[in-house]
Amino acid sequence: MVERGRALYGVNCQFCHGSDARGGEGGPNLIRAEIVLKDQNGELIAPVVQNGRIDQGMPKFPMTNAQVADIAAFIHSFRVAGYDNSRMKPPTILVGDRAAGEAYFKTKCASCHSVTGDLKGIGARFAENPRALQQNFVMPGGGRGQGGANLQTTVTVTLGSGQKVEGRLVRVDDFLVTLADSDGTQHTFRRDGDKPHVEIHDPLQPHKDLLGVYSDKDIHNLTAYLVTVK
Amino acid sequence: MKNILASLFLIGATAIAQGPLDPALLLKPLGDSWPTYSGDYTGRRYSSLTQINQSNVKDLTLGWVSRLTSGPGGGRGGPPTIVGGVATESSDSGGGTNIRASILEVNGILYLSTPDNAWAMDARDGHPLWHYFWRTRGGTHIGNRGLGMWGNWLYMETPDDYLICLDARTGKERWHKEIADFNLQYFSTMAPIVVGNHILVGTGDDLDEPGFLQSFDPETGDVQWKFYSVPLTKNDPAMATWGDLDTAKHGGGNIWIPGSYDPETHLYIVGTGNPSPAYMDSPGRKGDNLYTCSLVAINVDTGKIAWNYQTSPHDTHDWDSTETPILIDGMFNGKPRKMVLHASRNGYYFTLDRVTGEHLVTSKYSDTVNWAKGLNKDGQPMRDPEKDSTVPGALVSPNNGGATNWPPPAYSPETGLFYVPTNDSYAMYYLTETDPRGAMGLGGKDELGVGSVGAYLTAIDYKTGKIAWRHRYPGTGGNLGNGILTTAGKLLFAGDLSGNLVAYDPANGKILWHTRLGNVSNAPETYMLDGHQYILIAAGDTLYTFTLY
Repeated sequence: MVERGRALYGVNCQFCHGSDARGGEGGPNLIRAEIVLKDQNGELIAPVVQNGRIDQGMPKFPMTNAQVADIAAFIHSFRVAGYDNSRMKPPTILVGDRAAGEAYFKTKCASCHSVTGDLKGIGARFAENPRALQQNFVMPGGGRGQGGANLQTTVTVTLGSGQKVEGRLVRVDDFLVTLADSDGTQHTFRRDGDKPHVEIHDPLQPHKDLLGVYSDKDIHNLTAYLVTVK
Repeated sequence: MKNILASLFLIGATAIAQGPLDPALLLKPLGDSWPTYSGDYTGRRYSSLTQINQSNVKDLTLGWVSRLTSGPGGGRGGPPTIVGGVATESSDSGGGTNIRASILEVNGILYLSTPDNAWAMDARDGHPLWHYFWRTRGGTHIGNRGLGMWGNWLYMETPDDYLICLDARTGKERWHKEIADFNLQYFSTMAPIVVGNHILVGTGDDLDEPGFLQSFDPETGDVQWKFYSVPLTKNDPAMATWGDLDTAKHGGGNIWIPGSYDPETHLYIVGTGNPSPAYMDSPGRKGDNLYTCSLVAINVDTGKIAWNYQTSPHDTHDWDSTETPILIDGMFNGKPRKMVLHASRNGYYFTLDRVTGEHLVTSKYSDTVNWAKGLNKDGQPMRDPEKDSTVPGALVSPNNGGATNWPPPAYSPETGLFYVPTNDSYAMYYLTETDPRGAMGLGGKDELGVGSVGAYLTAIDYKTGKIAWRHRYPGTGGNLGNGILTTAGKLLFAGDLSGNLVAYDPANGKILWHTRLGNVSNAPETYMLDGHQYILIAAGDTLYTFTLY
């Protein structure tokens, strides 16, 4: 069973998740993924494999439950075969200066965020996993971490008549833009250069603008501060 | 009248016959056929065809559609599948057909591949002529980059490390040879490149094994020579760039995308992969780690290295330098010069002299790239150790996928511009393995994606390295675009990020035509048949052609 799983894993999974299932080209570490840790015989892994996680770049694979069970047996074999879990346990990432982080927060973050408002209790929420906290403020929802912000990208389409249509951005390329209005009804407009004029409002833009601005030290200081926000 | 009839008859006769590849075709500029990975040896992906051009591209219309089914079962209504391979049981889950390869067009026949599968089909309508399936032992099945052709023989690498020789007329196997040790986690995806009587073959590896390029005899499959990209003995001059021999011997540098060939110098110029372990600055890796992350020029007759230029000295982010180098003749500083152009995964662009390897130009083509402290006197980016993977996390651009990657770039001699898909991306790189003995291969780090702040089709002036124009793909996210084709019809074809095949003006990036396929999975190609020019594109399991009627 493990050998069959090894072959299936090699063909279908290995490139992204690594030959040792600790992560590879783009795919996350599987060995310590929550689903894998809770899975017994592929029953939790199967829905992910068979349906994919398209939004995270994981394609779906048309495998039978038996084939997924074989893969699960292979992945689980790493632990029973003597995989030393402690070796991959990262040392604490909390190396920053809390006071410096607080000062940075006040200058760069406080115009949008408040530790007594939207971020109240954020340190407690991520008490077990400061790395997930760090990942979430660097790019909310972007790092496969917990939490994730319920943020919507919106778009304003200005028609030739001057009429403006606004809604949630569904998709856009050089040729079409689709938005969903407040009912959830989707509207698609043909694009020809700048006609109609399309303006995208990305709520994460301030976070993107910071990527080229802050140093790793700033990030570590912010994390050291935010874990203390009760 | 008699003469006209006779010539019509001859055209008719050649039109239905499959035929061997005339080796002289490989030395000609790219035109009617597509006989090797990049179309011709230069890697320019610039076709001399002009029937489809700026004046009529708006009339381009569907030629044909053909859908392929991989695996032992073959296709619906297609020819029976010829099954080979050393395994007794198939590990192919089926349904995963994804063409991420260059497709050969020779004498009216297309030859194409996915991992473990090869097909021949009529280039006029996509009708399959034969299908070959290799039952695999396993191994990484990320892709297969295409077939090589010599006379009537085709060559394919398999993920479980065989080189297979097929009869192009029937799809029947002539022989298979093991090209790397499967147990050492080698896997093979590269399109074999045929130069004279050399079949040039590279491999990838998931662990720490040394990278190499091999040359095989096209008739017998015997090894002619083998070039290793890392030192295997302590007397190797490249050992001065490593901390110890054991690390060097396990130092990676795999060669997994075809290079380009200069018939005048007999030099095959190819990029090498990352040093291993990929993310660990271990004592054994002290130094630049030659010839990893380099362009190397190898004499095809001897397998000996003529020159090298390392684009990422002591790489610590798995940014392979395998992206296709493009060979051009052009003016540089007022004088004609033979050059090689290369955009590396690490975010830097290079122009070199291709005869000597002399450095001419370096530029940063991705605005966000932040891992280097500038350039040294040889124009090489100098790594900033603070941007290695660290325990508390380092915010690094580009992400592991890179500012570009293997999807083929292109060049147009009319514009003097080098075209490449690029992505301004960030990731947090966390070091999880602090014992340098512990990490292997790609292990020892955890990369958490941050995202893209802009993805582009980018045009670079080879004389300065500056961006001449770039087209940003709309939207808030971003990913790496597909490979590129340019033509003498003053057109540039490329898939965008939304599943459109798009024709641009190569001078300025203006959009001239598009069609939505829902997915584009390889670089566009072109060929001429029966007096009609075709644009060929793969979309996952489906091939499309577009033409003018």
